[in-house]
Amino acid sequence: MSVSAAGAARLRLPPLLAFLLRRLLRLALLLVCVAALAFALARAAPVDPVEAFLGPAAAQVGPEQRAAIAARWGFDQPAPVQFLHWLGQALRGDLGESSIFAAPVAQVIGERFAASLALMLPAWILGGALGFGLGLAAGAREGGWLDRVIRLYAYLLTALPGFWLAMLLLIVFAVWLGWAPVCCAVPPGLLPDQVSLGQRLAHLVLPVAALSVLGVGPVALHTRAKVAEAMRADFVLYAFAQGAGRAEVALRHAARHAALPALTILFAGMGELFGGSVVAEQVFAWPGLGRAAIEAGLRADVPLLLGIALATALFVGCGNLIADLLAQAVDPRQRRRA
Amino acid sequence: MNARAKIKARVNARGRLLLTGLTAALLLGGALLAGHGMDAALLRPRFGLAALPPGPGYPFGTDALGRDLLARSLRGLETSLLVGLLAATASTLIALLLAGLAMLGRAADAIVGLAVETCIGLPHLVLMILVAFALGGGVGAVVAAVALTHWPVLTRILRAEFQAVLTADYVIHARRFGHGPWFILRRHLLPHALPQLAVGFVLMLPHAILHEAALTFVGFGIAPARPSIGGLLAEALGSLSAGWWWLGVLPGALLLAAVLCLDGIASGLRAWLSPRVAEA
Amino acid sequence: MLEVARLSIGFRRPLGLWRREIVPALRDISLQVQAGEMLAVIGASGAGKSLLAQAILGLLPAHAVLSGALRYRGAPLDPAALRGRRIALVPQSIAWLDPLVRTGRQVEWAAGRAGLPAAARRPAATAALARFGLGAAAARRFPHQLSGGMARRAMLAMATLGQAELLIADEPTNGLDPENAARVLNHLRTLADAGRGVLVISHDLAAVLPLADRVAILRDGALQETAPAAAFRGNGAALASPYARALWRALPEIGFLPAEGG
Repeated sequence: MSVSAAGAARLRLPPLLAFLLRRLLRLALLLVCVAALAFALARAAPVDPVEAFLGPAAAQVGPEQRAAIAARWGFDQPAPVQFLHWLGQALRGDLGESSIFAAPVAQVIGERFAASLALMLPAWILGGALGFGLGLAAGAREGGWLDRVIRLYAYLLTALPGFWLAMLLLIVFAVWLGWAPVCCAVPPGLLPDQVSLGQRLAHLVLPVAALSVLGVGPVALHTRAKVAEAMRADFVLYAFAQGAGRAEVALRHAARHAALPALTILFAGMGELFGGSVVAEQVFAWPGLGRAAIEAGLRADVPLLLGIALATALFVGCGNLIADLLAQAVDPRQRRRA
Repeated sequence: MNARAKIKARVNARGRLLLTGLTAALLLGGALLAGHGMDAALLRPRFGLAALPPGPGYPFGTDALGRDLLARSLRGLETSLLVGLLAATASTLIALLLAGLAMLGRAADAIVGLAVETCIGLPHLVLMILVAFALGGGVGAVVAAVALTHWPVLTRILRAEFQAVLTADYVIHARRFGHGPWFILRRHLLPHALPQLAVGFVLMLPHAILHEAALTFVGFGIAPARPSIGGLLAEALGSLSAGWWWLGVLPGALLLAAVLCLDGIASGLRAWLSPRVAEA
Repeated sequence: MLEVARLSIGFRRPLGLWRREIVPALRDISLQVQAGEMLAVIGASGAGKSLLAQAILGLLPAHAVLSGALRYRGAPLDPAALRGRRIALVPQSIAWLDPLVRTGRQVEWAAGRAGLPAAARRPAATAALARFGLGAAAARRFPHQLSGGMARRAMLAMATLGQAELLIADEPTNGLDPENAARVLNHLRTLADAGRGVLVISHDLAAVLPLADRVAILRDGALQETAPAAAFRGNGAALASPYARALWRALPEIGFLPAEGG
């Protein structure tokens, strides 16, 4: 720590910027490692790459043609060479072609990620807001009935299978009550431009609700802990001494102290969010990146699988980076100004 | 305080946790035995009894092929528990091994640290899909996939523990006396590691089971002879719109109950191992 | 104005596996604060002085056990109704201010809590801060950017926003150099002279004595005596309890003075 601080001092960089650069470098290194791991795993699969590449046409192709394909795509090269070749292509933006979707991997990932984002972003915000509110209510009166109920709820959330909760919501709201459509992002059978915004939103409600509920737990518990800690502080006692009520104290003082930690948890939980999205997409037949990952794994679409591994690692890495930056922002501020 | 109040106060937090753990263990064991003891005929397709809702004789109802859902669910639970147990054991051992390796030197520590970060850098499901794909997608692949996703966190914890122990005075003195690394490992590191390992294992188990369910739900590791809860729920997904809600709700509820029992056992175990903690 | 009658405070603590005991902190304290006077409660750290303040304000922790009576203007004291409005606290350190909120904002909040209508809060806050020598620049700062003296004055400002008749100053000289300490105590004296009752809780007898009207000495949670400030002179013969006398004589200024009468 001190070495790089000295290095940063030599370069005259503010400490936060130096920290950011260090973490970005580490993220880059991490992505290379993830790529290597994913590549190694994909290579280890008992799947003949030529067969996978050809798909159903494999039966009609003779051995000389197979050898030609192998040479063309470099399947006959040793693994490290293949890896470097693939990595080089990836850095140039060429992740290969997906055998399932018959389109460039980068394009597939872009489209599917956008669809997943339509699900994840609202759920992230809603889950975060709900979690913060519940945590605030719980921590404001530690040990009260609301506190116990919320803790029980958060505890149950960690114990139940996420996809089962999604299925429950589907059963209750779509099948029994008929308030929401049963599947997919758009009504089946319609062309994309025939679908109205209202219909899109209607299809969005249930998956977003499911994903939000799943994301509430960690934020609620962490907020609760921070709020309870703040409520024990001297400045809260002073507020009470001035005649403030519990609600005012919780909203004006405790919430402030819990806000940044809650945001940090939200960013650090982006990996879990994506995991939840994978199963939610499966339950609601949502054409997102999660489902694409599943299909790529089940149908041996190696380029797509590798591309998704990289993309999701980048996603999680950025989330963790922002979380670390936020965590840094709280600590040094007090020390630097004091 | 009269005698009754004294005894009641005596069965304090620790006692209650132990009791909970014991009850949970009994419930879980009972469920598994019941599943095992059930008539195998219930698991075979009986087309005349297809898609019956829960009712007399069929507590969980039947599925599209007339198979008793309770029997299938209990068998599925058994599978899930088994897979979870294997995976958690493997994970714990991997974590112990890697944490130990990390103590060999700074380079080793850096490499282990990088490995940990790499595995944490991917979302759990993506990593599991990769591993399951790499191993051919069968049940064994699922075990391996779940096993290879849970070791990072425990490794970090153990690494920190080991570092704390190794920098402690008495270990430095032991080294100075000339005791070799093996001795130190056995006498100093392991006693410290064992409670952490036990707790880590017990905490990992519910997560492992839930992840296994998720993985089989999305389609990996399906083996027709061994139903698993995830697989059951995946099958149910198609028939939900037909109104066959019990196919989706009940197996999942069973899994939830099992996970809660495991959590109960975990708390009971911790209360038993460290009485002070429970009383605090 | 304020009457404390035989107040005892203890804390419940678990004993063994199933019993509980009560650890006494304050025993049988009786004192009074009149309007226009400054009563100083002096005791060493750990003598339970702050507990007195907390009891009056209704801020004791949940496991505290209170016996005795607290009366305000003859009626039983209702802390929740009076604090911030009739009874105000001046706390002992910057830690009692919220580190994430600017000082001026916190003074405005205090104005609201003291019962001022929304439109009057900011002007009242600015005026109160100005009364204690703090300007707009200080109001914009965060608490950790204020010096100890400035923070204490800000908290004094917060205490005088409403119609507080009773001020409780908890360790007002804590962490301050003698000059700032004297400033704070002078402010308190002025407030007392204006008709308020001021209860000063402190361990620093020497600083408080010149300005207080009466002094109560606490030792290990029990009241040794309550004497007028004038009694603290000479060799302390006017003081009833040996502890008070010893405390008086132990002060450096007194030790160097020749005792009267040889």
